[in-house]
Amino acid sequence: MNILRNVFLRREAGIAVMIVLFCLCVGAVKPRFLTLDELRIILLLTPLILIGAMGQMLVIVARNVDLSIGSMQGFAAMVTAMMFKFHPEIPWFLGFIVAIGVGVALGFVNGALITLFRLPAIIVTLGTLNLYRGLTFIISDAKQIDRQYVPSALKSMSNTSPIFDIPWIIFMALGVTLLTYAFANHSRVGRQVFALGSNPTAAPLRGIRVTAVTLMVFMISGALAGLSGIMYASRWGFVNPSNTGFGFEFQVIAAVVIGGVSINGGVGSVLGVFLGVMLLGCVSAALPLLGIAGASQSAIYGAVIVIALLIDRSVRLRGVASLAALRARA
Amino acid sequence: MTDHTAPHRVSALDAAAARPRWQVILIRPETMTFVLLVAAVIVSSLLSPYFLDINYILASFTLYAEFSLVALVLTIVIISGEIDLSPASNMALSACLFAWTYRAGLPMPLAILVGIGSGMLMGVINGLLVIGLELPSIIVTIGTLTLYRGLAQIIAGDQSIRLPQYFIGINTYLIAGVPVPVLLFIVVSIVLGFVLGATIWGRQIYQVGTSEIAARHAGIRAKRIKFTLFIVVGFASSIAGLITASRLGSVRYDLGLGGELQMVLMAMLGGTYIFGGRGSILGTFLAAWLLSVISTGMTTANLLPATQLCVLGVLLIVSIVATNLIYSRTQR
Repeated sequence: MNILRNVFLRREAGIAVMIVLFCLCVGAVKPRFLTLDELRIILLLTPLILIGAMGQMLVIVARNVDLSIGSMQGFAAMVTAMMFKFHPEIPWFLGFIVAIGVGVALGFVNGALITLFRLPAIIVTLGTLNLYRGLTFIISDAKQIDRQYVPSALKSMSNTSPIFDIPWIIFMALGVTLLTYAFANHSRVGRQVFALGSNPTAAPLRGIRVTAVTLMVFMISGALAGLSGIMYASRWGFVNPSNTGFGFEFQVIAAVVIGGVSINGGVGSVLGVFLGVMLLGCVSAALPLLGIAGASQSAIYGAVIVIALLIDRSVRLRGVASLAALRARA
Repeated sequence: MTDHTAPHRVSALDAAAARPRWQVILIRPETMTFVLLVAAVIVSSLLSPYFLDINYILASFTLYAEFSLVALVLTIVIISGEIDLSPASNMALSACLFAWTYRAGLPMPLAILVGIGSGMLMGVINGLLVIGLELPSIIVTIGTLTLYRGLAQIIAGDQSIRLPQYFIGINTYLIAGVPVPVLLFIVVSIVLGFVLGATIWGRQIYQVGTSEIAARHAGIRAKRIKFTLFIVVGFASSIAGLITASRLGSVRYDLGLGGELQMVLMAMLGGTYIFGGRGSILGTFLAAWLLSVISTGMTTANLLPATQLCVLGVLLIVSIVATNLIYSRTQR
C-alpha cells in the first residue's frame, strides 16, 4: 500500500496520468489515435527531442540554460552532411563521431565563455545561438544538402531495424536516456550536478569543482545536440541551413520543464523528462488528426512552458508548506 | 605624525583619493560605445562615402528605430534586475491583432487601440507571471516568446495581411528632415533618460536592481516598479509593432523575428549591467546608432546576412565581457 502511495505521490505519476487522459480523450474522438500505427508516428516524432532534452535537463538542473542547442544541432548536421557530400569515401558511421565531436566543441565554447567570464548562460547562449546559425550558413554557402548525398544506410536507420521493425533511432534515443539515467543517478559527477544546482554556494565548500562540472554539463549538451544533428539527417534525409534545428530549443525546454525539472535548479528526473517528451509527442501527433493546423505548434510549446512553470511553482510551494508543518511538529 | 591613540576613528580624509574626473569619464562603458560608434562611422565612410551624409544615416536608422525604441525600455527592465525576451514576439502579435481586427471591419483608430491594448496585456501577463507568481523572468519570457509568436502564427496564418495606403509609410514622413520613427526614438530617449536619471522613481529602479531586499527595506515598492516596467515594455513593443507594420505595408506573423537578439545586444553594447543596477539610457541610445551603422555598413560591404548574424552574436558576447570587465574594475 505504502509503495503504491509513494508511486502516486511522485511528480512523474502526474505526467503519466496526463498522457493517458490525453490519449483517451483524443482516442474517444478519433479512434485511429489508439492504434499501433499512431504509436509508431508518435515514437518517430520524439527521438530528436528526447536526446536534446537529456542534455538540456542536466544543464537546467545545474541552474543554467542552453538556448543554442538548435543551432548546434544545425551546425553539426551541416558539417556531417557536407562530409558525406564532398568525401563520400569516408564510412558513413564515422559521421556520428564527427557530429558528436563538433557538438562537444561548440558546447565547450559555450561553457568556457560562461565559466571563464562568469556570464549568465542565457545571454551567452543567445549570442552563440545566432553565431552558430550564421556559421552554418557560411560553411554551407546557404545551400541545402539534398537527399542523394545522405548515405542510404544512415537514412534507413530511421525506417527499420531487425527488432520488430522499430527504427534504430528510437533505440538510440532510449539508449541515451538509460545512459543519462545511469550518469545522473549513479555516478559521482552526476550527483555533483544536482548538488551544484540545488545550492551553488555550498557546492564548492563540499569540494565540488564548479567550473569543471558546469563546463562538462555544457559539453554534454553540445554532444547530444550534435548526435541529434546526424539523426536529423537520418530522419529527414536532408540538411537545410535555415530549417535544421530551428526552434528546437523551445521544444526541448518545453519538454524538460513539463517533465518536472525545476528551473531553480537541483530538481529533475530522467523518467520525468522522458514522460514530458512523450506527452509533447502525443500532442504533436494528435494535432493533425484533430484537424488543427501545424501553425499552432509553436503556440502550444509556449503555452506548455508557461503551464509547466505554474505547476512547478505549486509543487514547490507545497514542498515548502510540508517542510513548515514538519518543523511545527518537531 | 598620525594619531596612534585612536586608530579606529576613520575620517572622510582617510578614504582613498577620488579618481580624477578624466578617468571617471574614460572608464565608463558609454565611452567605449561612443568610441566604437566613431570608429564604425569612420570605417563605413571609407567603405562608402554615403556614410558622411547625415540624411543617409537617418534613413538607414529607420530600419532599426523600432527595435531601438523597445531596447530603451528593455534597458530599464535589465537595470531593475529582470529581463524580457518576449518584446519581438509581442510586436508580431500586437501587429497581427491590429491588422486582423482592421481587416475584420473595425475602424482604424479602434484597431490601433486593440493593437496597443493587446501589447500592454501581454506585458501584464509577463508581469503577473514574473512578479505575481515569483517565477524567473528568463524562463517565463522564453515561454511567452514562443507563445506570442505562435498565437500570431495562428491568427495571421501564412499569408500577409495588407494595410490601407494611408497607414503605410510612416518612415517616409519627415519632420525637420528627420524621419518620424527616428524622431520618436530620440524624444523617447530624452524622456526616459530624464525619468531614469533625474526622478525619484528612476533612482529607485537602480536601487531595486542593485539589491531588491535592501530596496524593499528602504520602503521602495519594488514589485510595483517592476510590474509597471513590464507593462511599459508591452506598450513600447506594440508601438514598435505598429511602426513596423506601417513601414512594411503588411503584417506577417514573422514580423520582427529574432529581434530579441538585437534588443538585448543594444542594451549590452550600451553598457547595461546584465545583473542589474547599472546602465544608462545614453549608452543604449549610442549603441542603437552603433548597431545601425554597423549593420548598414555590413550590408554596404555586401556581407551575407548569415555573416552579419555571426557578427551580431560575437558582438553580444564581446560587449557583455567588456562591460563586466569595466564594472569589475570600477567596483573596487
